Amino acid sequence: MLPKLFFGYYAVVIIVLSLLVVTRKNPVHSVMWMLLLFFHIAGLYLFLNAEFIAAIQIIVYAGAILVLFLFVVLLLNLREELLIERFIGTWPTALVISVSLLILVIRAIQDMALAPPGNHSVDAIQAETHTVALGKILYTDYLFPFEIASVVLLIAIIGALVLAKRKMRSPQ
Amino acid sequence: MPEFVMPDLAPVMPEIVMTILALVTLIADIIFKRKETLAILSIASVVLVFFVLFGTPFKTTFNGMFIADGYSLFFKLIFLLNVVLTVLISMRYLVIERVNFGEYYSLILFATLGMMLMASAGDLIVLYLGLELMALSTYILAGFITYDMKSNEAAMKYFLLGAFASAFLLYGISMIYGLTGTTDLNAISEYIILNGLTANPVVMLSMILFAVAFSFKIAAVPFHMWAPDAYEGAPTSVTAFMSVGPKAAGFAVLGRVFLIAFGSVRMDWSAVLIPIAILTMGVGNIVALSQTNIKRMLAYSSIAHAGYALLGIIAGTGEGLASVMNYLLIYAFMNIGAFAVIIMLRTEGFKGDTITDYEGLAKSHPLAAALMLVFMFSLTGIPPTAGFMGKLYIFMSAVYAGYTWLVVVAVIFSAISAYFYLRIVMYMYMREPKESVSLAATPALGIALAITAAAVIIIGVLPSAVVSFARAAVAGF
Amino acid sequence: MVPLNWYLMLSTVVFMIGVFGFLTRKNIIIMFISVELMLNAVNISLVSFSHFLQDLRGHILVFFIITVAAAEAAIGLALIIALFRNKTTAHVDEMTEMKG
Repeated sequence: MLPKLFFGYYAVVIIVLSLLVVTRKNPVHSVMWMLLLFFHIAGLYLFLNAEFIAAIQIIVYAGAILVLFLFVVLLLNLREELLIERFIGTWPTALVISVSLLILVIRAIQDMALAPPGNHSVDAIQAETHTVALGKILYTDYLFPFEIASVVLLIAIIGALVLAKRKMRSPQ
Repeated sequence: MPEFVMPDLAPVMPEIVMTILALVTLIADIIFKRKETLAILSIASVVLVFFVLFGTPFKTTFNGMFIADGYSLFFKLIFLLNVVLTVLISMRYLVIERVNFGEYYSLILFATLGMMLMASAGDLIVLYLGLELMALSTYILAGFITYDMKSNEAAMKYFLLGAFASAFLLYGISMIYGLTGTTDLNAISEYIILNGLTANPVVMLSMILFAVAFSFKIAAVPFHMWAPDAYEGAPTSVTAFMSVGPKAAGFAVLGRVFLIAFGSVRMDWSAVLIPIAILTMGVGNIVALSQTNIKRMLAYSSIAHAGYALLGIIAGTGEGLASVMNYLLIYAFMNIGAFAVIIMLRTEGFKGDTITDYEGLAKSHPLAAALMLVFMFSLTGIPPTAGFMGKLYIFMSAVYAGYTWLVVVAVIFSAISAYFYLRIVMYMYMREPKESVSLAATPALGIALAITAAAVIIIGVLPSAVVSFARAAVAGF
Repeated sequence: MVPLNWYLMLSTVVFMIGVFGFLTRKNIIIMFISVELMLNAVNISLVSFSHFLQDLRGHILVFFIITVAAAEAAIGLALIIALFRNKTTAHVDEMTEMKG
């Protein structure tokens, strides 16, 4: 019973916060609700025995990505932002699309049949801690994607420099 | 604890060499003041990768995450060709647009690295990372003219819809992972067949999500909204690059995911792809009729061509796949050729991207007009150009697979497309020049035009070499 | 024990809220935040799959998704800054340089 109550709290808060994030007029408020949302999602991850993922959810998502967002939001003219309509004119259509997609997907996932379990049971992960278990397979079986991820991060650095640096025209 | 065994690196050699050379190009930017050196360096890199590619054994490595086979080899050739031609047409253009920065060349190489990884991906995780590597580099390239509002907008729209599509892809990956417990394409296929899950709604859901995500990447209707704006606003050389490379990479993963992982539900995914293909051909060709900007017109044309190529995937046979590959190669030549002519018209203070700018080009610059004529004929699919042969093989493979009615539809739309392609030819040859148009012709641009025009005509007359190469490439699929 | 289905439904609801936000909001930053919301929904479903499948592959994928999301945020926000330099707008419906 207690786990279900726990889940119920997280589920309700996550859904309410998501709705707040997409409907607030003031982008600063959206980002703030997003911050709270990320902490709750991290709580859910702890609940699912994914400590390392919960930690990077806080450190990377809440600590790095959201701060970046906040930084850019502050460039906006908030006074003007609060005066204009927040949604595009055809929002009811989009609402119908999202709700019907939601119903379709929920119908489909009722038939989810899980594959046979692997060898990383909760006890096995707890025995060697989640970070160690994840690290072991990340640096052996998933070495190749890990290397690609390093190139993706390099692209992010180049991109930020190219797009946001001051010197905009090259000499002729 | 499992001992770490170093995986076989031989099949990944082209990617490793590509990464190193892209990094060298990035560092060389600091050393060389003349950015033309970087262009030559990047062409040299691609040529080196080309030779490494042919020495690569056809093997699977990293626990099946990376597949080097004929299929990926053929696509990688298209990507490398795309780089060579794009770099050749970019050199002068970047100076004219005043964005002659060295990062351009390394970003092109990194984007190509992402495409190569996509073509070889045997695992959904590698596929996703390769796709993001390609997409992120291309977003930056699309917004490369940072002082230009149009370029900003193009990159922004491309970025937002690309990120949106990635989320759908990930949702599809997550569903198929939950159902099968794996992300390996072959293992997914085996699991679905062994457990009789071919009618499971989760498989359908995941397949549809993949179809949506890949449709965004290849700019298929109704997921094409970003393409016209992104193609029009991006620097012209980047438009040429992204209308060929990412599209071909999208088809590479579409073919591999749908024919391998979802091979057992072929009837279901062809039912999803057929309406997409018809809409893509229809909207692409019909909206192109009313365009006044030539880059935008070619954007819709590029959408339409994705529709034709989809027919080969829908056919679902090895022959169909070979004809798609053949078509994408031909498309690379004819499309970049057309963009090379557009770039030639772009001079300081003259945009040269509206259709009326081509009025009377045959009188002032007969050679440029003749080349444009060849590319327009090829895009329409008029013999004896390569475009005709490409379409012929695709349509034949679809007819053999029993989709004759679909081919009839495609031929009708193809006939409609003649109107807007040949309108440019008509403007060039039948109208009087309004103002004198000067050309920014350079040796590099000349080489690019020579390669593309020669390829369009040679493949058009003697298609068998390319076609049999594509067939051989698919044989080991 | 909380059934897997509950997690999946939560993930779907959050994903669709993200889709709704993306399709309806005018502000580019909020549209981008909606995409982040969709990615988080996917992460929730992947982590719960991993838990129930007793397999770490889902966690690995989440790790990579967060990495890519960080890279994407850096590039997306740099694009927004580039856009601001030329025209102080963050609304898609005001991006009308190209029509047709």
